[in-house]
Amino acid sequence: MEGNPCYHCGDPIVNSAVEFDQKAFCCHGCKTVYELFKTSDLSYYYELQGGAGARPGKAAGRYDFLDNLAITEKLVEFDDGNFQVVTLHIPHIHCSSCIWVLENLHRLHPGIRDAQVDFPKKTLRVAFETQSLSLKSLVALLASIGYEPYISLDNLDGPKRPKSRRLLYQMGIAGFAFGNVMFLSFPEYFVGAIAEGKVDFWLDQYSTLFRWLMFSFSLPVLLYAARDYLFAAYRAIRGGILNIDVPITLGILALFIRSTVDIALNSGPGYFDSFTGLVFFLLVGRYFQQKTYEFLSFERDYKSYFPIAATRVDQNGKEENVPVYDVNKGDVLLIRHQELIPADGILRSEKARIDYSFVTGESEPVARMEGELLHAGGRQLEGSLVMEVLRPVSQSYLTQLWGHTAFSTNKSASLRRLTDRIAERFTLSVLTIACLAAGFWVFTDASRAANVFTAVLIIACPCALALAAPFTLGNLLRIFGRKKFYLKNTDTIEQMAHVDSVIFDKTGTMTIPGDSRVNYEGESLSETEESLLKNTLRASNHPLSRKLYSLLKEYDIVPLDTYLEEPGKGIEGGMQKNKIKLGAPDFTGGRQPGPEGPTEVHVSANNAYKGRFVFTNKYRDGLPEVFSSLAKNHLLAVVSGDNDGERPRLEAMLPAGTALHFSQKPEDKLRFIGRLQAEAHKVMMVGDGLNDAGALAQSEVGIALSENVNVFSPACDGILDASKFRYLPDYLRAARKAMGIIRISFVLSLLYNVIGLYFACTGQLQPVVAAILMPLSSVSVVAFTTIATNYMARKLP
Amino acid sequence: MSVIYVLLAISISVAVLFFVAFIISVRSGQYDDSYTPSVRMLFEDEIVKDPADPAADDPNKTHPSK
Repeated sequence: MEGNPCYHCGDPIVNSAVEFDQKAFCCHGCKTVYELFKTSDLSYYYELQGGAGARPGKAAGRYDFLDNLAITEKLVEFDDGNFQVVTLHIPHIHCSSCIWVLENLHRLHPGIRDAQVDFPKKTLRVAFETQSLSLKSLVALLASIGYEPYISLDNLDGPKRPKSRRLLYQMGIAGFAFGNVMFLSFPEYFVGAIAEGKVDFWLDQYSTLFRWLMFSFSLPVLLYAARDYLFAAYRAIRGGILNIDVPITLGILALFIRSTVDIALNSGPGYFDSFTGLVFFLLVGRYFQQKTYEFLSFERDYKSYFPIAATRVDQNGKEENVPVYDVNKGDVLLIRHQELIPADGILRSEKARIDYSFVTGESEPVARMEGELLHAGGRQLEGSLVMEVLRPVSQSYLTQLWGHTAFSTNKSASLRRLTDRIAERFTLSVLTIACLAAGFWVFTDASRAANVFTAVLIIACPCALALAAPFTLGNLLRIFGRKKFYLKNTDTIEQMAHVDSVIFDKTGTMTIPGDSRVNYEGESLSETEESLLKNTLRASNHPLSRKLYSLLKEYDIVPLDTYLEEPGKGIEGGMQKNKIKLGAPDFTGGRQPGPEGPTEVHVSANNAYKGRFVFTNKYRDGLPEVFSSLAKNHLLAVVSGDNDGERPRLEAMLPAGTALHFSQKPEDKLRFIGRLQAEAHKVMMVGDGLNDAGALAQSEVGIALSENVNVFSPACDGILDASKFRYLPDYLRAARKAMGIIRISFVLSLLYNVIGLYFACTGQLQPVVAAILMPLSSVSVVAFTTIATNYMARKLP
Repeated sequence: MSVIYVLLAISISVAVLFFVAFIISVRSGQYDDSYTPSVRMLFEDEIVKDPADPAADDPNKTHPSK
């Protein structure tokens, strides 16, 4: 069994395997889940997909806040006293095994009546009886089988508004009308085949009925299915701009009014088939463009990162779970190991070690002593701490950032889309041609002038033009999604094509979080000294000690004679006559480094200074290549919340001219982007943490880099899987090429328009010609863009 | 009365029937999650009834593909 991955979670087995039932497991947690599944007749879980599980979390005490009624009330969707329905977000849902086991949850507990998975959203909706199962025990049960729900402050705002289904209804109506009108207008298509002068008896008898039936099918299309285009055009004209909706609306109205007049005067069958088809194709394009990644959220603010509850300690030392919003100034909170600090406050415990990397960008955890200020958002690393709240969560240092206007402006609103820019010239030329043609006919055959005018508007209706961008960008959005680059919408691709500056965050974006390189500088240590060092490190729980310990060679475990830990200074270990000291320079007698230098650990043996271990960040693979590739036609800069200890290394690694800014607060980053934009730059920001949230919101394109797309990433326009970081220049290039494809499709659709205009201007636009030309142009543009984008993206890594 | 009226009435009522069915299916949320049901329909009641039967959960039959 050695060498196999864990039977439950599929991870490689690092240490010794836990064997059970002839299967190898990486830990007892996995074994326990297997045992539970097996005894509940759920072992088919492993047949569906091997190694699909997750290691169960350590649940003790973590869900105590679910005892608080005020919190559970907000989480539960339905509650009638003995029956509750709740929808939980479970990030681990990723395969068919997950769906199967979660939907068979009732086998693990009789109180569960029904469980249903929504795979794209990664949610589980559970209906359960409250008498035998509480919400807390349900969540604990899920956590114990490795499907831990993600509950954050965001959940307190109540259930999300469901997605609007209007587009589906509109498509249904347009498609329904299109099919029936097509069917009803079929007899009229053969009217040309009847010899001149003769009247077809059948048409003469029934055409009026058929035409009015077509009219009644088309009416809901105009009033409901096409209404968004009409309103958008109305708004655009009132705002003094000509976007793509204006010529579309001109075409729609011309089609409908001309057709209605035609059948009312009995002068022709009208163009209802083209009209309903046009609206249907436009809506299909819109639907295709609307690809969304429902399991991701691009709108997250600090609320999805913050916990839902905090542990408050009252004067008598009694602990109580309260919703974070109920935490007030002066309250005393208990923050356990690995928990987040939910509010700004003052440390009341002796010491604390807090990881702020996600909120400030500082890469190393910071030590805080009693009485010092703690900011919300930090994660406590060692043991638990007690703090007194200074400011409630909504007013804390970090959350104030969200009050900035950058978070409330809609980026898409400021974008002048390529289609809209073309549409302006297009509308003007179409109107000119229509007037010229009508003017010509007024002098030749005045009775046909009105017909020619409307015919030009009808045939020039830019259906194919309007479809080019949705299909090109929608397709590229899907291709990017398959490459683990998830974009919020198609406008983001268009913004990407215009980007001329790329700004990077350092910690977590350019560096790999939790991974650092250690260099030793100084006199080499003797065998005994190194062995003593290793044994001393074993006793210490400090993160730097743990990191160093894992890097040093293996030595026999020897008990130390003396061991001393001085908080904030270092550790000291002694054995026989040898003594080793490890820690800050003043503790070991080392040279004091500059205040902004890299993290160092100094070593002295028997009171003689030996040297230092320097911890440096580990940069992502391909980082210099990404920068040098982007430097050709982009302005580059690095803004970091960290100190400038890494400046020399970065300068050596990155192309000359890359601006490096250190010690930048979240607001500084935001302002930095704003200054670039004031100089008419189009900025792309690449970041990862809450400290970049302002810059991500301010920039034209904010890309959040994520090690695991299922965990929290701040509000942004796109989420890029960290493993794909090195391909960022390729993705930018693909976005620019996509705009080229759209331009070519414009030319294609204009060619069709020229052909159509010939028919229209010469006054011979038969409904059947329109009914052929319009879908033909749309279909060929869609086919061209789909093939072109797929061909272009073929080599995309 | 011509037979064409009967035919029109039939064809339109059939079309309307399907249209109504579509509206009902959208309303009931069938289009909200278009992926999960495609997986769910392939499940049978695959409950391994006898945990003592070694053939039922032979590790070699599975494919830990990671």
